[in-house]
Amino acid sequence: MATGLYGISFGALAVVAGLSVAQTAALSLLLFSGGSQFALIGVVAAGGSPVAAVATSTLLGARNMLYGAVVSPLLSLSGWRRLGAAQLTIDESTAVAVGQRTPAAVRAGFWATGIGVFVLWNVFTLVGALAGDALGDPRAWGLDAAAGAAFLALVWPRLAARTAQLVAGLAVVVSLALVPVTPAGVPVLAAAAVAVVVGLVAPPARPSLRTGGGA
Amino acid sequence: MTTTVLWVTVLVASAASFGLKLAGHLVPEHWLATERVQRTSTLVTVALLVSLVVVQTFTDGSSVVVDARVPALAVAAVALALRAPFILVVVLAAGSAAALRALGWG
Repeated sequence: MATGLYGISFGALAVVAGLSVAQTAALSLLLFSGGSQFALIGVVAAGGSPVAAVATSTLLGARNMLYGAVVSPLLSLSGWRRLGAAQLTIDESTAVAVGQRTPAAVRAGFWATGIGVFVLWNVFTLVGALAGDALGDPRAWGLDAAAGAAFLALVWPRLAARTAQLVAGLAVVVSLALVPVTPAGVPVLAAAAVAVVVGLVAPPARPSLRTGGGA
Repeated sequence: MTTTVLWVTVLVASAASFGLKLAGHLVPEHWLATERVQRTSTLVTVALLVSLVVVQTFTDGSSVVVDARVPALAVAAVALALRAPFILVVVLAAGSAAALRALGWG
């Protein structure tokens, strides 16, 4: 249910950002990672370059690579099934898979969650895109404010750790400072660069795989 | 962006997303299991999302702007603190901005 409603907001916001209904549907089918998809349309909406849009989306998808490394040994797949599993490797499927106790339950949890989220996400993206197309002026409906709220909702569960709060504060300062002086899209990438530096120099904390919030 | 440029952006980003996912499945797990890699990945995610909040709420893309989106974000933050579901957070924010504009502000 949460995935469906989240998909509707993505579909509507993507159309508001300037994508066609077909492009919006293609993102959910092919890119299939909620945070990355929202990031891509966010940069497009702000007038950023294609390179900045792809870079921001890809950086946000980097965590899926870590998820892949975690679930791959648990699933022990080969051939085309591995390609399918790769496409379905997202926050939700990984969280459900690693939460199971037996290898059979891991596999069942991964596939059921991955396929279920994929179907819901794509159906409701289309519903949202068609609705967004019919709405008209996005500002009158407050849809430009909805985008910021969507990103805040995605980051909210990730702000528990002290280091994350520090990075969040730095990201605010860097973004506000750079917006007036750099092309659109660059402030977001600069904030990511600051996070890389903090990640490399900060003292080690307890290791954990953080999941949650979004497809 | 033109339609063609948007399509290229969509397809290149999709290919990159799938490439990362597949790479995760193919590389030996211990390559990515280091504490530093995990932590940096988490922090990059936080920085990107927070920066997107800022760009979407406090700017028009090229300058800092305060309008109806700012109180709308505050409403979203309160809703999140009260553990509201995603869609309610988004709808409350949109509704707040729309209401303020209907009243003639922002």
